[in-house]
Amino acid sequence: MREVAAPPGERRLRADLLNARRRSSASLAWRRFGRHRAAQVGLGVVIVFGLLALFASLVAPHSPTEADLSLRLAPASRGHWLGMDQQGRDLLSRIIHGGRTSMLIGLIAVGVAAGIGIPLGAVSGARGGWLGQVLMGLVDVFLSFPAILVAILIVALAGPGLRNAMIAIGISQMPAYARLMRAEVIRLRGETFVEAAEALGLPGWRILVRHILPNAAGPLIIQSTLNLAGAILSAAYLGFLGLGAQPPTPEWGAMLSDGRTYLRTAPHVAIYPGLAVMLVVLGFNLFGDGLRDALDPRATRR
Amino acid sequence: MRRYLTRRVAVAVPTLLAVTVLIFVAMRVVPGDPAVLLAGDFATPETVQALRAKWGLDRSLPVQYGVFFRNLLRGDLGTSIVSDLPVRDEILQRFRVTIILAVCAIAVALVIGFSAGIAGATRPYTAWDYGSMATALVGVSTPIFWSGMLLILVFAVRLGWLPSGGADAWQGYVLPAVSLGFFAAGVIARQTRSAMLDVLRQDYVRTARAKGVRESRVNAHHALRNALIPVATIVGLEFGRMLGGAVLTETVFSLPGLGSFLIVSIAKRDYPVVQGIVLWIALAFVMINVLVDVLYAVLDPRIRYA
Repeated sequence: MREVAAPPGERRLRADLLNARRRSSASLAWRRFGRHRAAQVGLGVVIVFGLLALFASLVAPHSPTEADLSLRLAPASRGHWLGMDQQGRDLLSRIIHGGRTSMLIGLIAVGVAAGIGIPLGAVSGARGGWLGQVLMGLVDVFLSFPAILVAILIVALAGPGLRNAMIAIGISQMPAYARLMRAEVIRLRGETFVEAAEALGLPGWRILVRHILPNAAGPLIIQSTLNLAGAILSAAYLGFLGLGAQPPTPEWGAMLSDGRTYLRTAPHVAIYPGLAVMLVVLGFNLFGDGLRDALDPRATRR
Repeated sequence: MRRYLTRRVAVAVPTLLAVTVLIFVAMRVVPGDPAVLLAGDFATPETVQALRAKWGLDRSLPVQYGVFFRNLLRGDLGTSIVSDLPVRDEILQRFRVTIILAVCAIAVALVIGFSAGIAGATRPYTAWDYGSMATALVGVSTPIFWSGMLLILVFAVRLGWLPSGGADAWQGYVLPAVSLGFFAAGVIARQTRSAMLDVLRQDYVRTARAKGVRESRVNAHHALRNALIPVATIVGLEFGRMLGGAVLTETVFSLPGLGSFLIVSIAKRDYPVVQGIVLWIALAFVMINVLVDVLYAVLDPRIRYA
């Protein structure tokens, strides 16, 4: 059948419709996010903690390491809003600086996880065959163990410290990315635009990077936001076990662990750092939930 | 079904083998020698050498692994370098504590998670819903050790109702189980709510209502039963994850479980014990996941595995 050329007016109309649809998919996501009150609260919490971490030395009222032994375990007062820790250091300042450590661990760990997991999943999904099987088998080895134990095991073996903690948490989160990316590649491989790119004779890596990756961005971003929450939680767990950042670097998990000894006499030393962990993780979780609702067109508003 | 089960177990075997190789090599590659650690600071090189020979650490890596693997096939995990006791006995004794903790915790998680999830789904977009979902979100965001400490502070220190730790009596398990279960409760509540909302939109639910079935019966008989299928998966996964969370709970509440044992054994480079625990946990974790898949098929007769 011969295609009849559409009159100019209709062509313009079609173009308008097309543009309208394109414009609305982004603005629709934005509007959906805008309706999501809880997600905005989450984003707000994340931004506040992010700014506090970024400008810690400007915002913190005192030094995080300077100790005044006469004020050991002192409760909250006018000069020290959250009281003092077991060495007479200002708890609020230590929490603000500790946020820096936690955020840093979280960001780098997620970077490590995505940096290993996404290529692994992409290759496995694109190539299939024995290579894909072997790569996924490798990922399954890490999945045969609770994630937090993978992280603990790696740091405990490699030696405690900030750097090892970041790498360990990253590796423990890597399987999630590999799995997700593999599923996305397999899903998108059958799409027409990928077939078109293949027909054009584009090299495989280019199709992966330029055509498949951008289309998988939504799920990957959602995964990363939720992983950030998990990474910060894991960082606190490692710190609590003495495997994360080492003293005198202020770190929430380690602060909690120190405060444990004084739970009976000075509970504030343990309560506030834990509250900080919970608030940040809550913020990222809320934000991630909202992002999922906004970016995932399949998800109906519930 | 049986063929599916056989295949799942068969696939798990190479994974577990890879786990043993990985942990075996990793332990020996990192710095730290159990012989040096155990011999003490003033030991002569001869003493250290004798200790190394005693545990076969002077042999080559493949030979060491061969010995380990041969014993493993006989169900023998070796002898602890630190305590000189069979690793299997050491593990089983502590695994009892961990598994009691995990079972109690999952019970807590189920009760809280189901109640909150059902409350939310049956009255969506009301104060009930928002309240229970806010609780669930706090649950998944609260560090396990922090909730543990708050519980100790309130129920052990202030009120004095329950002990702050120890596995001597059942009371010692209450606070750890609540603390560990609260986290999973959040996940289960969210999953239950969304699964039930999905089901409540189905035609057969409308049919049931149309023919005059009471709302409580629709919820319990038609909606919940079908919503349970995806929830069962999550519950199984959460149970597996508790083996990891137990490490933290055991540390906070000073319970002599497998998790705290693992951490101590790594520090002392007790190779046989660490290998044993890692293999044991991986085995338990993988088996739980297989069971979850089987349960899925049992709960949902529509699913057929080739």
